[in-house]
Parts: sequence; structure tokens; C-alpha cells
Amino acid sequence: MGKTLFDKLWDSHVVLSKPGFPDAVYINTHFIHEVTSPQAFDGLRKRGIPVFRTAKTRATADHNVPTVDQHLPIKEALSRKQVEMLTTNTKEFGVEVYGLGHPFQGIVHVIGPELGITLPGMTIVCGDSHTSTHGAFGAIAFGIGTSEVEQVLATQCILQYRPKRMKIEVNGQLKKGVLSKDIILYIISKISASGATGYFVEYAGEAIRALSMEARMTICNMSIEMGARGGLIAPDETTFEYIKGREFAPKGADWDKALAYWKTLYSDKDAEFDVTLTFDAADIEPQITYGTNPGMGMGVTQHIPTLEETDDKEKASFKKSLEYMGLEPGSELLGKKVDYVFIGSCTNSRIEDLRLVADFVKGKKKAEGVVAWIVPGSKQVEAQAKREGIDKIFEAAGFHLREPGCSACLGMNEDKIPAGMYCISTSNRNFEGRQGPNARTFLASPLSAAAAAITGKVTDVRELV
Amino acid sequence: MSKNFRHLVSTAVPIAIENIDTDQIIPARFLKATTRDGFGENLFRDWRYDANNQPKADFVLNDPTYKGEILVGGKNFGCGSSREHAAWAIGDAGFKVVVSSFFADIFKNNALNNFILPVQVTDEFLEKIFSAIKADPLTQLEVDMEKQSIRILSTGDEAKFDINPYKKECLINGYDDIDYLLNLRKEIETYEAGREFNF
Repeated sequence: MGKTLFDKLWDSHVVLSKPGFPDAVYINTHFIHEVTSPQAFDGLRKRGIPVFRTAKTRATADHNVPTVDQHLPIKEALSRKQVEMLTTNTKEFGVEVYGLGHPFQGIVHVIGPELGITLPGMTIVCGDSHTSTHGAFGAIAFGIGTSEVEQVLATQCILQYRPKRMKIEVNGQLKKGVLSKDIILYIISKISASGATGYFVEYAGEAIRALSMEARMTICNMSIEMGARGGLIAPDETTFEYIKGREFAPKGADWDKALAYWKTLYSDKDAEFDVTLTFDAADIEPQITYGTNPGMGMGVTQHIPTLEETDDKEKASFKKSLEYMGLEPGSELLGKKVDYVFIGSCTNSRIEDLRLVADFVKGKKKAEGVVAWIVPGSKQVEAQAKREGIDKIFEAAGFHLREPGCSACLGMNEDKIPAGMYCISTSNRNFEGRQGPNARTFLASPLSAAAAAITGKVTDVRELV
Repeated sequence: MSKNFRHLVSTAVPIAIENIDTDQIIPARFLKATTRDGFGENLFRDWRYDANNQPKADFVLNDPTYKGEILVGGKNFGCGSSREHAAWAIGDAGFKVVVSSFFADIFKNNALNNFILPVQVTDEFLEKIFSAIKADPLTQLEVDMEKQSIRILSTGDEAKFDINPYKKECLINGYDDIDYLLNLRKEIETYEAGREFNF
């Protein structure tokens, strides 16, 4: 019987497999950032051991950084301390760091791929659940906790049980105005925020194949929002084309050798998955979430479920969620006023996202009273946007193009949505307080977010494209 | 935080809400510490305190009726962010066991790596626990690691729970994964030497 791509990759990275024990899995690339690494470095110090493979470890500062005036010291003392500690720790242990001011700095899941560090066939971990993003290249990539960060720093290995495999096929073609963000929000709304827990997902099908690398990353990024350990897509010409020539990508003879290997990375025709789900791209309309987990989403023209339509067991949580959101069961979101628009995060802050939005808002003006933030995923995205003149388009439309970082995705740095306000956001989580205490989040695609910025309310973007 | 776990009899604190994500357990703005200590005071911060930092009387952690070393949560507990700070906050607040009918993967690993035992029971058994605590907040639960069982002492209802044998050994004896992996140094180096594509 054939093997799934996941199993091919897992098997080729197992250092030791012992009955009754988790597998010791070798990690090719370990990304670290300032929030989940300090306690891990401390652990190494206590044990008196070094970072085992410094060249396989890369660091950047993203969660805590302000997105204005990055040339000045970080105002908030604790954030500043955490970022400084990353610099101190990486220096002490000999790890390369792309800190504030470095031309490679940015959101960890944006810079890995754009620098050509993320490659097909790799195992990649990071103390951040959205590490699943890197799976778009045909890699096993997943988020880990700080004790696991310490494990990987100490041994370049991680102890893990092999997850089950799920295949999600999206066939057919997307309709106009529908983006990869809508595909993943749609899937999560169908299978729930825990629908893939215990599984590693492979995305396949014509609609996935047709996507750019940026769009594929958006899908893999949100695998964790349905509980999946990770999500991957078999590499193809689109993947190879994206990687070629990037900063750390293999060159010359190394490239040829790597390419030959990468072409073997696919699930065999007779490979068996524990679960296979199939969706039709044509059924997907622009999506929006109404609740406080990413599974609480719907097509933008649909209505929020009524209490009668809600499962008895889920009623209490459903009510709590809608109370938090200030929304009525059974109501529609179309036409609902929005206060903030946030375009950014590791889900949608790549150059393609910025281009799409710029193309859409060109010659338009944001609605009065709406605050519209665009936060590029990295210094390189920011520089590229400026080279292309996209910054001028945003400025003319009344959007604020900020400096790179995680920004308003997680309410950790200075960028927070004020209490009670509604924010349509291209990020990945609509949890209570995620964007700031009592902030209310509608997750949507960059196009839907841009449309809401122009009209000042939740809008069906298909009417404007 | 104690470095092992065998057996516990305790009252429990119930939070009958589904999909409790790690942003609720510890909001991002409290992740700025660089040590593992002190996160307990911000456990469920925004459910526990209002915008003026006053305790919300109706939240269970502010209600002196409910206390104990066992936290009982609704289905899909610990979903979302991989922040281990969630496990640290739960441990720092004095909990040794979390019971739910379903746990998110990363949270489960993080809990185990901090010697906090995630006990997964059926939806029905979880409902029984919630009902028993509702009827009597002093209801005691007994968690036995050797027998892999959880019992509601007032009703006698008992359920088995799964834990993989390796993690069971770690919890009982206070070993961690790094101890195990550090002993594989030779195997790791052999693996590295044999890889054609060791990027």
C-alpha cells in the first residue's frame, strides 16, 4: 500500500521509534520568537547545556513589537524587556536573530517562507500554533509549547506521537471575490473548531492546486483553528517557482538535487487516510465569523443560527458568545457597522494580500469614522509594497500602512481594538478579548475587510468586484 | 508545581463552557514575563475581573463556594494558541488535574510537560461531574493515576481515562522529555550523518 505525504516525511525524520514511547522526530528548522523562548533558554542554562544545532535555529521579534516608530525604543517596559531578552539569549547561545531594525525582521511565519528558509520535505516547529503555515510547502510544521522549544533547542528533536491523517479535498473553481481565506473559514465552519483535533491534514484538489503560495499559506495557517496538528500541501511547480532564488534557498547543483527530491513528495495514489472530506469550491461564498471561535462562521449573506438551530449542549456557550459579540441569534451581519479594519497577521499580511487590497481600494476612499490598519508581515513585504507604490494607494484611500509585526491579531503589543468596538479582521482568531479586552472580531478575507473599510459596514464584496 | 502525580482526592472548580481557548486561560497581554512563575494571578483574567480590575462576583473562581485542585471544563478545552503559559497559570493557581470531554492537542502536551494531568472523560461523565458539583459544591473527585480512573465520591460513578504509558511513567516518577532525549545523543548524531537532505 502507498504512503501519504505526511507519513513519507514523518518516517524519514524518525530518529528512534520504540513501542510504547513517542517517536523521537528530527527537526530541520526551529523558529523562535520573544514570547515563548525565554523560559526555554533559562532551562538550558539550568541544565548547563548549549543549543545543539544553532544553524538550524532562527529567531525574530514579532509579537511584542510596536507597528509605528520602530526606530525608537519600545515604550512598554515588559515588551521591551522580552524583546531585549531575545537579543541577549540568542547572542549568548549563538543563534541568528532578525530583531527590530533588521531588514529580515517580521512575523515568523512570513519571513521563513519569504527568505527561502522554509522548504519542502522539512520538519519545522516553533513555539507558536500558526507554525502550520509552513505546511504549504509540503513540510511537516506544527506549533509547540515552551518545554518543547527547550527540547528542540537541546536536542534538535521532539518527542511526538504520530497523529492520524485527514485529507481535505476542495474541487472545482472559486467564484469571483472568493479567496483562500474564505475556503479555510468555510471548512472550519463546517467541521467546527475541534473537527480536526488529533489529525494532520493534507489539502488537495483542483481549487487548492490553483492557489498561489501566499494563498496556500493562508489555508495551512488556519489548520490549527479546527484543532489539526498541522496542515500541508504537496509541493508542485508553483512551490518550486516561489522558492527559486530566495535568500537561503538552495542554489546551483544543490538546487537541482533538492528539486529532484521535492518532486517525490506527494501522497501515493493508493495511500489511505483515516478521514477524507470533500468540498466544492463553487459552494463557497465570502465568509464571516459571528462568534468567539473560528468555527462560528457563515457565508456573508447568511444569518446567525437561531437558538432553535443550535444544539442543546452548545446553547449555553452559544448564548455567552453572542452576548459578548452584542449580536442577536438569527440576525444577519450584512450592513452591520464596523469601527476598525485590520489587514495583517501571519494569515494575511503577505505581498499578495497587500496587492489585492491595493487593487481593490485604488481610487476609493475609506468610510468616515472607520480606522483602517494595514500591517505588512515583514520588512521585506513593507519594502516591496513601497517599491510598487502600493503605500501611496493606501494613503490616498485613507488606510494606515504600519510597520511589520503581529499587531492587532493578539492584543499583546500597543495595537489593540478598544472595548466594545467591532473589527473586521484578516487575522485567525475571534476569541473573547483576542484583539484587546472586550474587542469584537469578525474574521474575513482581505477583500471582505477592504470592502467593509470602504462602505463602513459588513459588505458582500462580490457586489463591488 | 510539584514534579510528579499519583493520586488526588479534591473538590473541583467547574467551568461548564465549551471551547475554552488559551487566550481566555491567560490573555496575551500577560505573557510578557520571562520566567514560569506568577501566571496564576492572571488565570482567566478577563472572566475574573471587570475593566476596572474589580472581581466579577458571578465567576466561579471568585466564588468561595468552589475550590480545589481539580479544574473541570467543557469540551475542547485549551484550544487556540500554543502558549504554555496557560498550563503554567493553571498550575500556579494550584490545579493538578484538568477534566474535560475533549482537549486540544498542544494544551494536552503542555499540561503533561508541567505535571498537570489532563483527564479526558465522555460527554456523559462530564455532565455527571457538573451535575454532582451543582448539587453539592463540596463534591469530591478521586483521581488515581495507577488505575487510570476518576471517581465522583458522592455518587460512586467512576470512569477510566487514557494516558500513554510513557507519559504515565513520566508523571509518576517526575521525568521529563528532555531527560529522555538527551540520552539519545548518539542516535541523533547517527541520524544526522545518514541524511542526504539534512537541510
